[in-house]
Amino acid sequence: MELEAKVADPAKRSMLLTALYIAQEQYGYLTKDAVERVADRLGLPVSDVYSMASFYTLYRTQPTGRYVLQVCEGLSCHLVGGAERLVDYLREKLDIDVGETTNDGLFTLQTVQCLASCGTSPAMRVNDALYENMTAEKVDELLETLRGYHV
Amino acid sequence: MFEKVLTRNFGLARSESIDVYIANGGYQALPKVLHDYKPEQVIEMVTASGLRGRGGAGFPAGRKWGFLPKGDVEKYVCVNTDEGEPGTFKDRELVEKDPHQIIEGVIIASYAVGAHRAFVYIRGEFFLGVKRWIKAIDDAYARGFLGKDILNSGFDLDLSVHRGAGAYICGEETALIESLEGKRGQPRKKPPYPASVGLWGRPTLVHNIETLANIPHIVNRGAEWYAAIGTPRSTGPKIFCVSGHVHNRGIFELPLGVSLRELLFDHAGGMAGDKKLKAVIPGGASTPMLAADQLDITLDFESLEAAGSMLGTGAVIVMNEDTCMVDVGRRLMRFFQHESCGHCTPCRTATTRMLSILESLENGQGKPGDVERLEEVARGMLGRTFCPMGDAAANPILSGLQLFRDEYDYHVTHGRCPVVA
Repeated sequence: MELEAKVADPAKRSMLLTALYIAQEQYGYLTKDAVERVADRLGLPVSDVYSMASFYTLYRTQPTGRYVLQVCEGLSCHLVGGAERLVDYLREKLDIDVGETTNDGLFTLQTVQCLASCGTSPAMRVNDALYENMTAEKVDELLETLRGYHV
Repeated sequence: MFEKVLTRNFGLARSESIDVYIANGGYQALPKVLHDYKPEQVIEMVTASGLRGRGGAGFPAGRKWGFLPKGDVEKYVCVNTDEGEPGTFKDRELVEKDPHQIIEGVIIASYAVGAHRAFVYIRGEFFLGVKRWIKAIDDAYARGFLGKDILNSGFDLDLSVHRGAGAYICGEETALIESLEGKRGQPRKKPPYPASVGLWGRPTLVHNIETLANIPHIVNRGAEWYAAIGTPRSTGPKIFCVSGHVHNRGIFELPLGVSLRELLFDHAGGMAGDKKLKAVIPGGASTPMLAADQLDITLDFESLEAAGSMLGTGAVIVMNEDTCMVDVGRRLMRFFQHESCGHCTPCRTATTRMLSILESLENGQGKPGDVERLEEVARGMLGRTFCPMGDAAANPILSGLQLFRDEYDYHVTHGRCPVVA
């Protein structure tokens, strides 16, 4: 790449966020191996790479279920009946607490900050997909669909 | 009736495609600029338009462009799509529905400041947005709007997408630059400003995408046309995001200077469930809130500043009479506490301290002196951090205390909320 020739090392470091995404996809989450491999490939200290992985919320340093359910706990979601109410519903439905994974390894429940869906709240993400205007019925439907892929 | 500018194509089928953009007058400003204007003339035009940044700070765009050094110096343009301010969802819609409008603005801005490399920084959560950006950039290359010798003008520009990984603070321009460099998104001390020392130490122009989306229209229709929209000091159209307790939540493109009353009652359909209005956050979570009796305020940079608040991102969060203001404060503080990058002690520790006070108030365990302590901690943070996030986190608390002090005190004396049963 032309840019790399111009600014050599700094540009290489710029690949770090992308490299961590790739490693996460390959390993499922950022294992010790994954972090060490990224550090090795980019010529950076392991501690440095780990500090990046722990700073940004989209990097996972722990294993998760097949589907990571991220419920927005922002103000605009709360005002229209989302946030904790949606979280509580999912906790009951999946019988897990926030941060936990169901026994079948399918679902991990998390809360996240504003997803920029305030006009279509309550909002949640399932892996990379955004779900808007969520209701209990829509959550039921979604869980059923996702489970259906794994019968 | 105001004629939409930035969102005019949003209702069209496949509005994100290059063909729809071109069929509706897109990529007409670019050849004009590249063939008929000198870079400094473009800067003059943008300055004359009065365009101010739409990312929150409202800095005049033309002046920002003028700060970059002239001549053959390596320079960069960064395109800020790291929208994360609670209440704000306009940038996501802009990228998903009309990315070429932004690309045309990026090319014109890069030509004006003499940059040949531009980077899109997009929030990692915006998966569809990332896909739309990549497709749009590929299509722009294929049509010769990006790359070498754009439209036979001799001007070269490369544009690529960089995906963030979950950090609100990366919307702050120097934190964005750090993140682009592959580092933790921790803001830099300013000065020096990015216009002189930015990405990899080079002069860098960082703009919010709504700001850039205005550029092709200013070129096509002229600075005078643009400056006639809005108020003398807040020109042009603005995409307002309305959320919370209104009938029609969503985005509304209106001229700056529209009244809060008109936005909420004529466009957003008024209060949902015919409840009474209690408070409004006018520009995203970091802007001081307004009370119900301030409905006639106009939404522009100067009026909101005069009222002790800010236009911010134009994200209006509406709360009705049943809303507990201590709970609102707690929720907003949870956001800021979570998103504090940890670099400055006042922000890192004060957000945690304030959150714990707000949580005990909300749980009915507030003690006498807690509200005073909350105020003291919030005041203590003002102006004492590298980036504006320190003030941002203190704002909703201080304004909430100013307007709804009784409600905070009631939580201490009665151990519960006077509003929510």
